[in-house]
Amino acid sequence: MSEHQFKAETLAIHAGQIPDAATGARALPIYQTTSFVFDSAEHAASLFNLQTFGNIYSRLSNPTVAALEERVAALEGGRAGVASASGMASEAMALMTILQQGDHVVAAGALYGGSVTMLAVSLARFGIETTFVDATDPLAFAAAMRPGTRAVFAESLGNPSLTVLDIAAVAEVAHAHGVPLVIDNTVPSPFLCNPLRLGADIVVHSATKYLGGHGTTLAGVMVEGGRFPWDNGKFPGMTEPSPGYHGVKFYETFGDFGFSMRARMEVLRVYGSTLSPMSAWQILQGTETLHVRMERHCTNARKVAAFLKDDPRVSWVSYPGLPEHPQFALVQKQMREVDGAPGASGLLAFGVKGGLQAGVRFIEAAQFLSHLANIGDTRTLIIHPASTTHRQLDAQQQLAAGVLPDMVRMSVGIEHIDDILWDIDQALG
Amino acid sequence: MNSVEQLRKIFKQSRTIAVVGLSAEWHRPSFFAAKYMQAHGYRVIPVNPRYAASGTAILGERCYASLAEIADPVDIVDVFRRTEEVLPIAQQALQIGARCLWQQIGVVNLEADRLARDAGLDSVMDRCVKIEYARLFGGLNLVGVDTKIISAKRPR
Repeated sequence: MSEHQFKAETLAIHAGQIPDAATGARALPIYQTTSFVFDSAEHAASLFNLQTFGNIYSRLSNPTVAALEERVAALEGGRAGVASASGMASEAMALMTILQQGDHVVAAGALYGGSVTMLAVSLARFGIETTFVDATDPLAFAAAMRPGTRAVFAESLGNPSLTVLDIAAVAEVAHAHGVPLVIDNTVPSPFLCNPLRLGADIVVHSATKYLGGHGTTLAGVMVEGGRFPWDNGKFPGMTEPSPGYHGVKFYETFGDFGFSMRARMEVLRVYGSTLSPMSAWQILQGTETLHVRMERHCTNARKVAAFLKDDPRVSWVSYPGLPEHPQFALVQKQMREVDGAPGASGLLAFGVKGGLQAGVRFIEAAQFLSHLANIGDTRTLIIHPASTTHRQLDAQQQLAAGVLPDMVRMSVGIEHIDDILWDIDQALG
Repeated sequence: MNSVEQLRKIFKQSRTIAVVGLSAEWHRPSFFAAKYMQAHGYRVIPVNPRYAASGTAILGERCYASLAEIADPVDIVDVFRRTEEVLPIAQQALQIGARCLWQQIGVVNLEADRLARDAGLDSVMDRCVKIEYARLFGGLNLVGVDTKIISAKRPR
């Protein structure tokens, strides 16, 4: 007898949350508590030894936060999730669970600026070296692999470069070297693309973006696929007795969710980048409508891209959903179809004729398109990356991240398309 | 692949679990699983010749050298042994009238599975008794694992 397979639209509403055992509450209760009582000294000992599942302290786990973790894991087709206070915290958690001093990372060059800084500056301080390569070329990933490489990191859809990663091909490169592929899947959201199903091993999300959708709350989630063979000799932290956990061997004890358990116990518990129950609850309010919003984001962005493409005031447009995007075939292969075309998310970029100054003028002339540093909101958002999100990078790093001086990044919202196009038109002057 | 309904039935109708290959060392996965099931109301009967000879009790229960030596009725025979060692254990499970043969994660003996099924026993392979119990009755959801439980009913 095989189990019914629920679809993403149903999982977005139900996964991870059944009626509350204690009260029957249908909506998710907010367990706003730091701590949980032990039934007995023996129960406490079992919890601390990881011999039983249960809550101790909300830095480690909390039932409201766990609902978000399970929901995103289910949407991604993964085995387990661990939430944290932001997308950056989730990315740090994934990398810090895998890596140790002396390890090497191969990463896509076209990454979100914060991710570049984490790898090139912050992790480098701890003796972890990263080689950045062209995200559109799987062979470049293969060429950069070394004996000491322990992870490959990339975005499924680059922010703001909008380069598309051939996930299956890069996963093959990573697996040929016995290392996991970690994917930041923030821009497509789990509704449009599921990297784990294409061969990736770990996915990280800034849930602040489309998963929440309302732009009120920061959160991140890491999801493990459950299929990576951590016992291949390259990851002693997964197979050797944990000195921080009285000799527990995480992979042997927890199997296909051993990586998540280790991330929770050896990174989240230790470094404390915990998500608050209130924030998890707020993100989940948005997640329930993820599928409805993503469809509208996709169709609106498609129309905006078509409008900009034909406008003489615009020098160039980059949107992975346009057939002329160099990686359109890959988008068709990897992304869910929305309204007869590949759902390429709501993010696009374009250049305003006249260069940097014209781009700044456009942003300041917009009436309701919001000038701010976020994406994935219901509102249409605009920003000039070279002078804001990516200003910490030098000119060469900016180019590697796909940031041109005249580039305007737009996160197309779900307002009426006529109004969005009206504001773009009047702001272009 | 066992359905949620089948697994639920196995847990509901069972009281006693004979754990073949149970370790007395607290940090071993078999000890984790047995201790968990004991804490959730099941009687655990250790089966391991290594400890039976010296009369070592595990989790407060006498340890037997084989299933055949157990006098009390056994519902689930939970196997923490290598795949190639499962067949004789399955045969013994049949002889003592067990109702379910349960092979742990990584243990997949198809011949033993068929033997058990043909004799009318429930059979589970490549799954952990503790993880499945926690998946169905609560616990696993607390650590972010996808339980695949979609329901508008209160648990239990």
